[in-house]
Amino acid sequence: MARVVVDVMPKPEILDVQGQAVSRALTRIGVSGIEVRQGKHFELEVDDSVDDETLHRIAGDLLANPVIEDWTVTRV
Amino acid sequence: MSTRIGVITFPGTLDDVDASRAVRYAGAEPVALWHGDHDLLAVDAVVVPGGFSYGDYLRAGAIASLAPIMREVVEGAAKGLPVLGICNGFQILCEAGLLPGALTRNEKLHFVCRDQKLRVENAETAWTSGFTRGEEILVPVKNAEGRFVAAPDTLTALEAEGRVVFRYVGGNPNGSAADIAGVTSENGRVVGLMPHPEHAVDLLTGPSEQGLGLFSSVLGTLAGAPAA
Repeated sequence: MARVVVDVMPKPEILDVQGQAVSRALTRIGVSGIEVRQGKHFELEVDDSVDDETLHRIAGDLLANPVIEDWTVTRV
Repeated sequence: MSTRIGVITFPGTLDDVDASRAVRYAGAEPVALWHGDHDLLAVDAVVVPGGFSYGDYLRAGAIASLAPIMREVVEGAAKGLPVLGICNGFQILCEAGLLPGALTRNEKLHFVCRDQKLRVENAETAWTSGFTRGEEILVPVKNAEGRFVAAPDTLTALEAEGRVVFRYVGGNPNGSAADIAGVTSENGRVVGLMPHPEHAVDLLTGPSEQGLGLFSSVLGTLAGAPAA
């Protein structure tokens, strides 16, 4: 078994309203100068028979929506 | 024999009862379809209603778009089956690849629930043929993820091809690109919109009866077309 991490982020041109809200909340705890973009982090326990092509396919077909999100697949 | 219109129920669907009522008010027979079935029960058209299918897990509509019944809907749509997606149903149709673009968090992050004026921009789709272009209708809108986005070239193509079906009038509730409230497929058979026409079919409970027009339109479309 291998561990694979898929990180999914809103595309740069997509307005990330959740990240903006987090950024604003940071100022309320006295921290300024930080801009947050919010995404998703998936940890996959992957059978050795699953190849990289399959991993990229599941990332693009299900874990991320290519219309609004970018993703990276990393074996760790 | 009356026209049979399927209404899908997923776990977390909320508006299947109202959608079925709207179908009945329009003079058709609503047919309950179950997310886990691989059978459209030979219906003449399908409504994918609103709610929070699968708890909006992953992304709104993402899990539902892969449900067994949706495989049948995608196949049916390829053969010209009229499909209407409302709210979460619109999100599901986008996730299933039947409609372009995606629905994202509302600009101000609020769940917006209000009566909303829409302009009918395309009165030639299977679900809007009973309207006139430019006509305005008042229907409820209620969502937190209704902000339509699409790549710039997709938006340009949608406008050029007249595939924007409904546009928000009198204030954009969620920051949707170009005030887009609903779009259609290339062949005009699949329509998705965030506002809720099925909640505007009876003055007892809705702000107008103008939502009924979508359901009566598809009956007219089906009556005018040779049987598939």
